[in-house]
Amino acid sequence: MLRLPKADISQHHQLHQLRNRAKVISQIRAFFAARDVLEVDTPVMSHYGVSDPHIDSIPVTFTPDGTSIGHSMYLMSSPEYAMKRLLAAGSGCIYQIAKAFRNGEAGRRHNPEFTLLEWYRLDFTLEQLMQEVANLIDIVLMDEVLEWHFWSYRQAFEEVLSINPLTASDDAIQAKALAHVDIQMDDSTPRDTWLDLLMSHCIEPQLPTACFIYDYPASQAALARTGIDEWGNKVARRFEVYVNGIELANGYHELTDAQEQEQRFALDNVARSAMSKVPMAADIRLVAALQAGLPECSGVALGVERLLMLASGEKDIAKVMAFNHHLA
Amino acid sequence: MANYNSNEFKSGLKVMLEGDPCSMVDVEFVKPGKGQAFTRVRMKNLKTGRVWDRTFKSGESIEAADVMDLNMEYLYTDGEFWHFMLADGTFEQYGADLSAVGDCIKWLKEQEIYVVTLWNDAPIAVAAPNFVDLEVTETDPGLKGDTAQGGSKPAILATGATVRVPLFIEQGEFLKIDTRSGEYVSRA
Repeated sequence: MLRLPKADISQHHQLHQLRNRAKVISQIRAFFAARDVLEVDTPVMSHYGVSDPHIDSIPVTFTPDGTSIGHSMYLMSSPEYAMKRLLAAGSGCIYQIAKAFRNGEAGRRHNPEFTLLEWYRLDFTLEQLMQEVANLIDIVLMDEVLEWHFWSYRQAFEEVLSINPLTASDDAIQAKALAHVDIQMDDSTPRDTWLDLLMSHCIEPQLPTACFIYDYPASQAALARTGIDEWGNKVARRFEVYVNGIELANGYHELTDAQEQEQRFALDNVARSAMSKVPMAADIRLVAALQAGLPECSGVALGVERLLMLASGEKDIAKVMAFNHHLA
Repeated sequence: MANYNSNEFKSGLKVMLEGDPCSMVDVEFVKPGKGQAFTRVRMKNLKTGRVWDRTFKSGESIEAADVMDLNMEYLYTDGEFWHFMLADGTFEQYGADLSAVGDCIKWLKEQEIYVVTLWNDAPIAVAAPNFVDLEVTETDPGLKGDTAQGGSKPAILATGATVRVPLFIEQGEFLKIDTRSGEYVSRA
């Protein structure tokens, strides 16, 4: 029996949301059990945080008993690094329902602590993984019959804004953004920031109800491998899933090249210092795992609270959590 | 004045933007999973009333505006200024010009309490209470016995505002008006 103080119940008349959450979690577990994907559990607290310039890990201090010297550690922003180490160690296909933490992120669709469903499929192409993601979402949102669309990043920009995001000049991208969004930014603002602005302000609201976006600009690869699209442009083998304009999941055809991984860590830190953020040490254990050999795989991380919001029609992430960060 | 950082933005916050005092109507944190975070604000210019969407980069800060909403009693107009008095017992008076009074001019009634927005201690906007009672100064004669739904006719009120009223309303009656819609509610 769940007991909450009366005040909490009056603020949080969404006990039915907790039941809904439990149901969705059991659907997820059944989905992966049927596909023989192993559930794993990796540390939430780690010696290395993510280097992605747009994600800030929450630092914590571990002080071993009997000493007064604290060790800086991080709450994980995603279980990605640890799960890749398991993959390299021969785990086979794995999934995890993990708590993830991101500093600074709070809003109607963001809570600094949230739940990620992350899974990796050996020898899956990005297309196969997109299909599997659609299947899982279809099971959870069974009351709605979604017609899935698959758009390249280029197609989304061409459909909504009549501009090719891969080949247009930096000036043209900037002019397009300023024509649609009232914002002041330096001329030195990177091209990807202007593209992010167009994506979040202009394109997301115009996407089909259920839509995959794939083949991102190579500069936005993060931990995805790059390739050449059918028009000869270098693209990142990455996808994002949107349902009702809400970003649900982010998937990669995973980078397995240890050397390139090290270069990307270094590039991330160049970008971080340009943004006056502290550099993050490269996770040497991840690099070592890639050197030992990460199997060919595709992986995806899905925001569980976002999925619950869609399943229940809630507009505020706080409504699908027992306690949001203000009440935690 | 102080500055507000984008992480402090919330609805109701008063800030300076391009030289004008503005109020945040709605604030939304926007961030793609991989990419730059923005704060999108539905902003209202308190001088012009214009409402539009303004986006800020995460970490950007803007100047706070010295803006206060105060309850004041309407006293009189000298034709150039509309004079209000603080309803807090201090009897302090403020003169609002036509641009500050704006559409509220249709609902100004002596001794009624209004919300006057002060920017740097000068009135920039006046908001009427949701309902005011006003006298009918001019309307066609009422139709006796016609209290049923159906017809309506124009009536001119003491403030000069014209509203649609039921046919049975007579000149000299006091009416309760919803100032948000400008519609007749009932006899006062």
